[in-house]
Amino acid sequence: MAQAAIELIGINKSFGAVRANRDINLEIVRGTIHGIVGENGAGKSTLMSILYGFYQADSGEIRVGGQPASIKSPNDAIALGIGMVHQHFMLVDNFTVLENVILGAESDALLKKSITKARSELERLEREYGLEVDPDAIIEELPVGLQQRVEILKALYRGAEILILDEPTGVLTPAEADHLFRILRQLKEQGKTIVLITHKLREIMAITDTVSVMRQGTMVATRETRKTTVEELAELMVGRRVLLRVEKGEAEAGGVKLAVKNLTVKDSRGVTMVDDISFDVRAGEIVGIAGVAGNGQSEMLEAISGIRLAVSGSVMLDGKPIDLTGAADPGELRDRGLAHVPEDRHHVGLVLAFEENENSILGYHDDPRYLRGPFLNIDAIRDDARDKITKYDIRPADCRLKTANFSGGNQQKIVLAREMEQDPGVLIVGQPTRGVDVGAIEFIHKRLIAMRDQGKAVLVVSVELDEIRSLSDRILVMFAGRIVGERGPEATEGELGLLMAGVEHREAAE
Amino acid sequence: MSTPYAKLPAWADYGLIPVINLFVAFVVAGFVVLLVGENPFRAAAVLVEGAFGRGQGIAFTLFYATTFIFSGLSVAVAAHCGLFNIGGEGQGYIAGLGIGIVCLAFDSVLPWWLTFPLAIIAAAAMGALWALIPAYLQAKRGSHIVITTIMFNFIAASVMVYALVGFLKPANSMAPQTRTFLDGAQLPKLNWVIELFGAKIRSAPFNISFLLALAMAFLVWVLIWRTRLGYEMRTYGHSSKAARYAGISETRIIIVAMMISGALAGMMALNPTMGDQHNVALEFVSGAGFVGIAVALMGRLHPVGIVLAAMLFGMLYQGGAELAFEMPAISRDMIVIIQGLVILFAGALEHMFRPYVQALFASLSPRSVGMEAIKGKGA
Repeated sequence: MAQAAIELIGINKSFGAVRANRDINLEIVRGTIHGIVGENGAGKSTLMSILYGFYQADSGEIRVGGQPASIKSPNDAIALGIGMVHQHFMLVDNFTVLENVILGAESDALLKKSITKARSELERLEREYGLEVDPDAIIEELPVGLQQRVEILKALYRGAEILILDEPTGVLTPAEADHLFRILRQLKEQGKTIVLITHKLREIMAITDTVSVMRQGTMVATRETRKTTVEELAELMVGRRVLLRVEKGEAEAGGVKLAVKNLTVKDSRGVTMVDDISFDVRAGEIVGIAGVAGNGQSEMLEAISGIRLAVSGSVMLDGKPIDLTGAADPGELRDRGLAHVPEDRHHVGLVLAFEENENSILGYHDDPRYLRGPFLNIDAIRDDARDKITKYDIRPADCRLKTANFSGGNQQKIVLAREMEQDPGVLIVGQPTRGVDVGAIEFIHKRLIAMRDQGKAVLVVSVELDEIRSLSDRILVMFAGRIVGERGPEATEGELGLLMAGVEHREAAE
Repeated sequence: MSTPYAKLPAWADYGLIPVINLFVAFVVAGFVVLLVGENPFRAAAVLVEGAFGRGQGIAFTLFYATTFIFSGLSVAVAAHCGLFNIGGEGQGYIAGLGIGIVCLAFDSVLPWWLTFPLAIIAAAAMGALWALIPAYLQAKRGSHIVITTIMFNFIAASVMVYALVGFLKPANSMAPQTRTFLDGAQLPKLNWVIELFGAKIRSAPFNISFLLALAMAFLVWVLIWRTRLGYEMRTYGHSSKAARYAGISETRIIIVAMMISGALAGMMALNPTMGDQHNVALEFVSGAGFVGIAVALMGRLHPVGIVLAAMLFGMLYQGGAELAFEMPAISRDMIVIIQGLVILFAGALEHMFRPYVQALFASLSPRSVGMEAIKGKGA
């Protein structure tokens, strides 16, 4: 008997003039995994926030287990057995797992009793659902995958029957994501209901029973997962046909543009993150670096771009060597024609509090085009920004708007426009499409291919294996700070996966 | 970013909220006045009357405001670079040393309009130098600037005592202060400007350094929003990682920003020394450096806001002095309490009423707020 765990009937929610949710009807069947997909800003998060009590709907009805429910705060939601795992974890970093789990659910003035009770309850939950975490571990010392498990435990500890996960795999490695999916399946078998919000279609196909698609605040379709395809869902999400795999011609690789030599990088704790690696990128080719997050890719990018000092190593840019150990300076590398799209656009690639036009010169603010003596040439900067906005279809097309008010995809386009329009010889890109919606991914990929076809050397680092495979002309796999293999674009996912897991090191990712 | 769910129009953000904060501060202050058995409405009337009622009061209000403009700008410049310069007091005090030396050396040979620029340079240089050491320690050694600048306030105070009981003091004098400056180091008064409007002024220290303060306010605006250096400072102030990415040297930007901040703090010493007392005396800064923090916060780190906030604090100083005179039950300490309340509500509790105002705006005009409203007000 298919019984509805949650029914949403005619939900409307507006923020000012923006109708974030319009007339949403949704039925989530008990004991299933229900996916909700949509581009950034389609209204998924708003809908779930209404269900979890962060917002109240302007109109409409929520029924939980067939009964009309009034959810005015997260506490009401928890009381109704609804738990939520947020995209950005709500954990206290310097508390233990156990302390985090009981946080807000302590029953006494003294913690002792709550802790003893929680410990046995936690052990039961861990056994039952395969959610092993050391209850006494400190949160900040745990990898993100385990931190997420703690979030799930928190919800279960509070008696959640319905679990909402908001973009749960955004921060996970492929292996961690697989493990999460195993846990979700187990939870489903135990009769829990799971709502999975994501924009990654592969995940939807892999794990959900039913999928609903949202676009611009409306629910455009609900499908049984096994009766739909990725192509159909993508089209429903975007409202037009999208190419999931970029079309590109053969690479015509020329001479070496960027040569990294004997690069070794340590992190702030002194741990060697990049261990004596060397590689070349030639003109007119895209080299992709695949690897599970945390295997030194970020440190490598930062060292090559001059942000982080290397222990040893140098780069050859167009045949001229630059030492990366002491005097390296991002400005100098930039002057030599190395453009860098950093992994973390929120804190590194952009200043979110700046107007869009101010960000469009970040790093190039020494360029005489943007200056009049010591003064900024405001007119030139804004004209230039407007140009880029048109060329890269950045929306909204307002160069005076605060950067924080652009969507993730448009923010990424701001960075790409800035770096690509300087006509650099070498472009290095970290996570080109992280947190970017499907429509913009296609655009960004096309731009990267276009750069290649203009004879630039492009280095792409991504944890999205699909992306690496579809963009790269050569794929280098990083594991534990070393390059453990090179493959062509025809390499299979399984083959690369084995390299990424460092199998010859007998250290298979869990 | 802290409140992503609602956005206020600029006039409410920069106008309405400070007014509400100020109003609440005065209401609470009113209760304190009531507590000591005086009529708060009459006290308020005396305060405003004292500050703006007569030409004399206006001149004093503007005199105090002059110093606060300098110290407020000093805090704001550092704050735009993400640095909390709490050492304006010491930087201003030590600048008195430079002013003293210049004035004592040149007041008998040069006219004021030649001494003044030399004194400006000396004051700015001393203030900048006093900020340089904490800045260097922050940039190179990671010593926290709040700790070091506050320590340097004490060092400045000791150095000034040493100088004022030593070489700056005339040989036969008992008072720890320089001799009175001659005409060549006395700044012309601006009282006649107020008298143009028909007011009468007996004597007030309102002087030409007010114009310097306004000029500096404009230059700070230019620096922060119109120069490459200001751009780099703001970048570093918002995100040190983005600054590193953009090739901005952390050491350089910290030192430059702090030296500009120190120079502005140093200039505040011109007003009480050359403009008013015509000497350099112990404790002549008398807390103006700290008031600058409140002025800068209340002025939202914008020169226009800082000038307005400095006027407000000038009014509190002048009106407060008048109040202590008119109502004996209200002592000088009461005035400090009122000023403290203004600082508390306008500075420390700046965001206390923001959520309510935002909720009000959300219900009144749904167009001005919005979470996923991509198109926001360009503020």
